[in-house]
Amino acid sequence: MTAKPSLFPSLGRLLVYAVLALATAFFLLPLYAMLVTSFKDAEEIRSTSLLALPAALNGAAWGTAWSSACTGVDCNGLRPFFWNSVAMAVPAVMISTVWGALNGYVLSLWKFRGSDALFGMLLFGVFMPFQVVLLPMSQVLGWLGLSSSITGLVLVHCLAGLAGTTLFFRNYYAAIPKELVNAARMDGASFFQIFWRIVLPLSTPIIMVTLIWQFTNIWNDFLFGVVFSGTDSKPVTVGLNNLANTSSSVKAYNVDMAAAIIAGLPTMVIYVLAGKFFVRGLTAGAVKG
Amino acid sequence: MASSLDIAGINKRFGKGDKSVEVLRKIDIHVAPGEFLILVGPSGCGKSTLLNIIAGLDEPTEGEIRIGGKNVVGMPPRDRDIAMVFQSYALYPTLSVADNIGFALEMRKMPKPERQKRIDEVAAMLQISHLLDRRPSQLSGGQRQRVAMGRALARQPQLFLFDEPLSNLDAKLRVEMRAEIKRLHQASGITSVYVTHDQVEAMTLGSRIAVMKGGVVQQLGTPDEIYNRPANTYVATFIGSPTMNLLRGAVTGGQFGIQGAALNLAPPSPPQSGSNEVLLGVRPEHLVMQETAPWRGRVSVVEPTGPDTYVMVDTAAGSVTLRTDAQTRVQPGDAVGLAVEPANAHWFDAKSEDRLTG
Repeated sequence: MTAKPSLFPSLGRLLVYAVLALATAFFLLPLYAMLVTSFKDAEEIRSTSLLALPAALNGAAWGTAWSSACTGVDCNGLRPFFWNSVAMAVPAVMISTVWGALNGYVLSLWKFRGSDALFGMLLFGVFMPFQVVLLPMSQVLGWLGLSSSITGLVLVHCLAGLAGTTLFFRNYYAAIPKELVNAARMDGASFFQIFWRIVLPLSTPIIMVTLIWQFTNIWNDFLFGVVFSGTDSKPVTVGLNNLANTSSSVKAYNVDMAAAIIAGLPTMVIYVLAGKFFVRGLTAGAVKG
Repeated sequence: MASSLDIAGINKRFGKGDKSVEVLRKIDIHVAPGEFLILVGPSGCGKSTLLNIIAGLDEPTEGEIRIGGKNVVGMPPRDRDIAMVFQSYALYPTLSVADNIGFALEMRKMPKPERQKRIDEVAAMLQISHLLDRRPSQLSGGQRQRVAMGRALARQPQLFLFDEPLSNLDAKLRVEMRAEIKRLHQASGITSVYVTHDQVEAMTLGSRIAVMKGGVVQQLGTPDEIYNRPANTYVATFIGSPTMNLLRGAVTGGQFGIQGAALNLAPPSPPQSGSNEVLLGVRPEHLVMQETAPWRGRVSVVEPTGPDTYVMVDTAAGSVTLRTDAQTRVQPGDAVGLAVEPANAHWFDAKSEDRLTG
């Protein structure tokens, strides 16, 4: 059978492109509006259309959003919240990823009696609404003396993310032949040596997926941030909320927009830098390698 | 250097209670130092389970595995000093060929210069010195097989285990690697256990062969014994290609006859079961065409293979296969007479299917 060029596939193609372009516009237009608004001053926002380009690149709103906008009583901008988020997200992402990798390693390559049942139960954690655990979690944090602290938030995010990271690694490692582990056992490698020397070097794609997934979830989290944080440990999402809700006579849309972009920037940067690994990792199990 | 291996009273059951499945039953094999033992049988016969039990990747339900006289059951694989070549090769994908070969030495904390020397020796022996910097994914199937062998050889272990190492190779490479394994075993003299379902590998490599079926060793013997004195019809038909012909017949007055035609053959002893039914086994190369023979048949298929020609003949006792030389000129439809030398006849009890001995 030879493929003969026909009008219909190209028409279909066109339709596909049109739908894709529409979807892209749908998702990018708000970002565009935010970006142009953040560079205008109050007068320009009032007098020009939402989508019009700013007359000049005016960075004043960005400075205000970063260091001097009021978030309730304090007027230090998003900066302290941003660093709180960094201090929370970096360790939480690291720990939950390493922990998930170890869990996945055991649940797929060192199966024991009941390990599949245990994994099944762990999966509940992926689907459980987090609102359910708010009260017991706050109780536990109290017992541990970690209430209203960044350490407490790190712990909460590790536990909340563990089911997902375990799932990622367990399914990825299920594609690794058991013989590889057996060969290493016969060669004299220990449990951790096999993990470190044989399994982990094979894990780059899934590590990237998990890092992006966990960073996005933890950075963007609002629920745990608002419930479990104290005055000095609020993450950037809570800061942004407070900034936007602090009432003043005139709504400073440009500052709000700049603040929102600042709050969302790290996840965007991570995705742009590591996005190709993300896509590769999501399909990695399918083709094995 | 070479150690003995004792497989003593090994039983293996999976599961518990009524639902348990017995996969190995009372396996007793003594392997002398330097011997090359083959475990052969169809898939599911328990041969790989037995190998895993020797390796320590699985534990027996009962029995002992003794290496050099020392019981190793319960000991983790790393302490048993055994090297294994896997069917899938199981090379470490992210390590170079050199690091693959040296991995076990590194785990045993052998100093780097000494390790490098050993890697180079093994690589030279297997003619893979030019591949040492490559990753396994950059190698062909035959080269991977050599690396897997090298990884086992570098260890200089007490025992080599092979789990169907050649089954992923194409026919030509398989023959080549088979000879290579034999050469390496002769050079190293290390006691080896080799699992395969390929009867040719079994016959060519083994100093002794254990034919297994349903978790039981059907026969343990040298290739010569297995081929020439099969213990039962299962072993008789499993080894040899084309398969041994089995003919059911009756013994009357000490003489064996098929459908009334006497063949001038007598079994060495009457069947245990008391009936007069026996099975006559004849290998295709021992069945000859003879004009005057009383046992008659008609040629149905002629298969020239090059050196030999296989002739299938329909007789009153069933269809049989002969192996003749390439010069044989017969056509389908020809009427032929068949004869068997008494020395080439194998006799089995029709009921138990065990060999009748005199």
